[in-house]
Amino acid sequence: MRITCPLCGERDRREFYYKGAALVRPAEGEDLDAWHQYVNLRENPAGPLDELWYHEMGCNSWLKVTRNTATHEILAVQLASEAGLGGQK
Amino acid sequence: MADLIAKSPCEGLLPVTIGGISLTEEQPGSMWALAPFKGQEKALGKALEAAHGMAFPAVNRATGKAGSRAVWFGREMALLMGPEPDANLAEHAALTDQSDAWAVVRLEGAGAEDVLARLVPVDLRPHVFKRGHTVRTELKHMMASVTRTGPQAFQIMVFRSMAKTLVHDLKTAMEAVTARG
Amino acid sequence: MRLPGKGLNQGAKPITFAFNGRHMMGLEGDTLASALLANDVHLVGRSFKYHRPRGVLTAGSEEPNALVTIGTGGQQDPNVRATQQELFEGLEARSQNCWPSVERDLMALNDLAAPFFGAGFYYKTFMWPAAFWEKVYEPLIRNAAGLGALSGQADQDRYEKAFAFCDVLVIGSGPAGLMAALTAGRAGADVILAEEDSRMGGRLLAEREEIGGKPGHAWAAEVLAELEAMDNVRLMTRTAVTGAYDQGTYGALERVSHHLPRRHSLKGSHLPRECFWRIAAKHAVLAAGAIERPVAFRNNDRPGIMMAGAVRAYLNRWGVAPGERVTVFANNDQAHRTARDLHDAGVHIAAVIDSRHEAPDGGPYQVIKGAQVCDSAGRQRLESITVRSVRGEEKIQTDCLAMSGGWNPSVHLTCHLNSRPVWTREALAFVPAEGAVPGMVTAGACNGTFSTAGALREGAVAAGKVLEALGLKSSAAELPDAEDDPYRISALWAVPGKGRAWLDFQNDVTVKDVKQAATENFRSVEHMKRYTTQGMATDQGKNSNVAALAVLADATGRTIPETGTTTFRPPFVPVSLGAMGAGATDEGFKPQRFLTSHGESDTRGAHQLEVGLWYRAAYFPKPGETSWRQSCDREVTTVRNAVGICDVSTLGKIDIQGPDAGKFLDFLYTNTFSTLKVGRVRYGLMLREDGFVMDDGTTARVGENHFVMTTTTAAAGQVMAHMEFVSQVLYPEWDVRFTSVTEQWAQFAVAGPKSRELLNGLIDEEVNGETWPFMGCGGATVLGVKGRLFRISFSGEHAYEVAVPARYGESLYRELLKRAEAMGGGAYGMEALNVLRIEKGLITHAEINGTVTAFDLGLQGMMSKKKDFLGKAMSTREGLMAEDRMRLVGLKPVGAAKEITAGAHLFTPGDPVERIYDQGYVTSAGYSPTLGHSIGLAFLKEGPERIGETVRLVDHMRGVDTLCEVVSPVFFDPEGDRARG
Repeated sequence: MRITCPLCGERDRREFYYKGAALVRPAEGEDLDAWHQYVNLRENPAGPLDELWYHEMGCNSWLKVTRNTATHEILAVQLASEAGLGGQK
Repeated sequence: MADLIAKSPCEGLLPVTIGGISLTEEQPGSMWALAPFKGQEKALGKALEAAHGMAFPAVNRATGKAGSRAVWFGREMALLMGPEPDANLAEHAALTDQSDAWAVVRLEGAGAEDVLARLVPVDLRPHVFKRGHTVRTELKHMMASVTRTGPQAFQIMVFRSMAKTLVHDLKTAMEAVTARG
Repeated sequence: MRLPGKGLNQGAKPITFAFNGRHMMGLEGDTLASALLANDVHLVGRSFKYHRPRGVLTAGSEEPNALVTIGTGGQQDPNVRATQQELFEGLEARSQNCWPSVERDLMALNDLAAPFFGAGFYYKTFMWPAAFWEKVYEPLIRNAAGLGALSGQADQDRYEKAFAFCDVLVIGSGPAGLMAALTAGRAGADVILAEEDSRMGGRLLAEREEIGGKPGHAWAAEVLAELEAMDNVRLMTRTAVTGAYDQGTYGALERVSHHLPRRHSLKGSHLPRECFWRIAAKHAVLAAGAIERPVAFRNNDRPGIMMAGAVRAYLNRWGVAPGERVTVFANNDQAHRTARDLHDAGVHIAAVIDSRHEAPDGGPYQVIKGAQVCDSAGRQRLESITVRSVRGEEKIQTDCLAMSGGWNPSVHLTCHLNSRPVWTREALAFVPAEGAVPGMVTAGACNGTFSTAGALREGAVAAGKVLEALGLKSSAAELPDAEDDPYRISALWAVPGKGRAWLDFQNDVTVKDVKQAATENFRSVEHMKRYTTQGMATDQGKNSNVAALAVLADATGRTIPETGTTTFRPPFVPVSLGAMGAGATDEGFKPQRFLTSHGESDTRGAHQLEVGLWYRAAYFPKPGETSWRQSCDREVTTVRNAVGICDVSTLGKIDIQGPDAGKFLDFLYTNTFSTLKVGRVRYGLMLREDGFVMDDGTTARVGENHFVMTTTTAAAGQVMAHMEFVSQVLYPEWDVRFTSVTEQWAQFAVAGPKSRELLNGLIDEEVNGETWPFMGCGGATVLGVKGRLFRISFSGEHAYEVAVPARYGESLYRELLKRAEAMGGGAYGMEALNVLRIEKGLITHAEINGTVTAFDLGLQGMMSKKKDFLGKAMSTREGLMAEDRMRLVGLKPVGAAKEITAGAHLFTPGDPVERIYDQGYVTSAGYSPTLGHSIGLAFLKEGPERIGETVRLVDHMRGVDTLCEVVSPVFFDPEGDRARG
């Protein structure tokens, strides 16, 4: 499997660390239900899924990778810093 | 009063020559991480150009020349190798001394690319990875920085504490490549 | 027998080799199989289950029968395919799965008991009593059945792994592959041409059909010469592409030195045995060819019965005739070439038996049309066959039967990403589905196109498609003239009749077994496969799966496409574990991280301990000390009474700078750092987003916008990734920069009442209570070198950590020890460090075990109410603050000296020692020489409310059952006067 890092270019999977679904973090003060959703609950689609990958052995960028879990096709890669996952501040 | 004695990361491990390939330890001088603050990328570039005569490197590139180089070192970071950074740079970037943090070696000779092909999962063939190109990647299991410094020469860096493993892994690959003839 | 003047190995050097101790001659370029056949050796091995005599069936990697063992001891290779093993001087090969010899194998009695050994026999036979399975039945079966064995010794050979990159990976070097490589190479694409054989050319080496007016092998040689001259083309022989993976990644196994004399004659060589390649290819052209399939008939497994295409290969490539009186049995036109070629070479053709009434006439030999071979005879080699036709049954004397049931395209790699092949009626075969593997195009026989002209054409077209995708121009391919015969075939899978007709030769699966599976309702192909073990041997049913499927389809009254097919998975050919794990032994297993003090502590006889990747000194035995405990006790006492030195450089150190650095730390830690004064250090606690504790450590403020954070050794990498996550994903707007400086600094703890005195002789600056108060830090000049000094303590003593650039680490360590020793102090290791911190109730990752909250640690006060921090929301959940949670306490033995062990569980005295009564567990334990008894840290339900109570400690692993008193986790100096003083 190969992932195209927006900075480094196409690289082998072994350079990356996988975190899981890319979700928007609830804002400070949101109720526990929202946090429960964010921390514990996950969709498990057979199809496109936004995921967080960390280019740990490369440039240290966190990436938002859109991957089809059924075919393993990678549909999009974006720097996570530009993906608005930090939520409302 | 006693003086502290300096020891280089690969002391006692190098040099090694196997077949036509040599592995030597580099003495790069100072090494400082330059990480530009927000919106300071251009200003840092100018300051670097003014003080040290080299541009801030683009992604996957190194600037400068032997003895005074700036190597792209990951997201929003370059490693200034050689000179102590000019004090002006601190206005635009976080400067962090890394002079002792990395083992720096030079792999040179016909077959150097074949040696790295056994350890590094990146395409380093000459028409793809040219002089002045650099990558952050892994070497076997170690975080590494690999830069082409010549037609058959690479600068390779891993954490200082892993110097022995670096030499072991490179040596093993050099032996295997040489044995194939 | 070798035919003079025949084959492509004219003038080849003679080579001596041995088979089962018998010395023979072969030729350079031979495989072991061709050399054995040249020496008229047909009996090569015994079958897996029935120990039937078996000989060479094929001429390639699909060989199910001719498996041999080569080498001995640590260099023993079992299950080597004789059809792939190249001959070398001195090669010694042995038959396997036979005793005492391949000719007189006592286990052949199994064959007489065959009625008991049908499909699923052991599920039925060896059912009772249950306890017998492991102890009696399984060893018995394993002993009787099987292939080659390992030596049980460590593998002495070297293996390697490597990476390669290309625009186009061409898999297979027959006419389609060569044409594709040539077209792509000429257009300037980066090409890798991989061929599993030792010689490129594929079927062109085995056939006599011409290309462009010259022999096929000569055309191949010309193309190869042109390819070899191209810088952009890499030719890889002996390299089998084993798997197709995501995004154009392919695995390939290169047999680097299997064809060379064994290592004992190459002592000191570093040549690897095999190399496992990972090839990243933008595109691939699969030109893997096809595998000929046998026909199932009674006793079709006798030595001398071979594939018709393999017989042509032995004749045309190696100049070997596998028999003197050959018969051919086929259902297609192509197999008639075998009779033609042999006849032209002067070999007698006893008969050609074709199952079709409309079969071609062929040459001046007997062609029996509309006939089938229904039995064979002969002891250890074929002597005769029985042919059934309209004329009735007749026996024909023959020593070699060349059979062909048609060809199965090698679609394997197209199935590796989940695609299923498609059945074609014309070719009676499965062909790759369109777009099966992204980026891969298929060409030639693997596509079901069996003529040479068709293969050349498809190779060129495939390359054209790839070039277009690459944006490269291809000159219109000139296709040379070549044979373009139609592939005429009619279905013939199994000849009806009594007795056992083999499908899977390697796993001894017969037509009867498949029918029995269907009878017992294992009708799904996946069930049939597992019930009969069809296709589950090392050859993965390469030449038998489709026939077995056809038999199953027939037995269940369905068509073949309705019945479906099993999935092909990587690897295409067996890959040794040695190649998979290449380089990952001994020092290559994982990186070793050494401290700058390593050499010096080694010199002092320290016992080194692996801590993650790091090596750290555990303790420093002195003369007369016979156990680690003695050394550890002494080192603890040294620190408490004088001064100790310990290398603490393994702790993660992160340099943090920028206008938002304070804000950033406030968010990372539960407590506040933006208020920390420059020159001071604070202890901090980090949570995960779920509210549990992630890590702890101290952070120093060395400038207004400049901090140095310390993490635990264990979590250094994790914390770094976590900080990148916060800074990139959660708060990308903050202006903060950080980088690891763990490796930049060598840092040593100087701990004990004499630590200040020691430093004052070493550091230019005056060290006193004002310059370095407790939790103070600052730059320090250490013997002329710019360093840092922190007044922090992990031992509860008056202590410092002194840091210098790593190049001076070893020198400073020596200097510190020299001075410490002069003051009655010395080095201390991890064991003493652990006891010192347990005495003080200080936590490590033994306590921060992922299930622990700040509340559990008694650190709830560190969770700021004034600001947000990561994990705050979830940490307020009721369950994370419940009184009855297991919380940190200290333990000491009740009464006489007793042991406390980490991992032990705690119970209320009187309660049964059962899980539901579990009250907690011990995380850290040791003997405190300071207090004179064992001590431990534990998590105990409602712990802090139970101080003074007695609990029962049970450790079944170590046989410990004792009573302990619950005490405060801070055993020593609870007020902390010693550290502050």
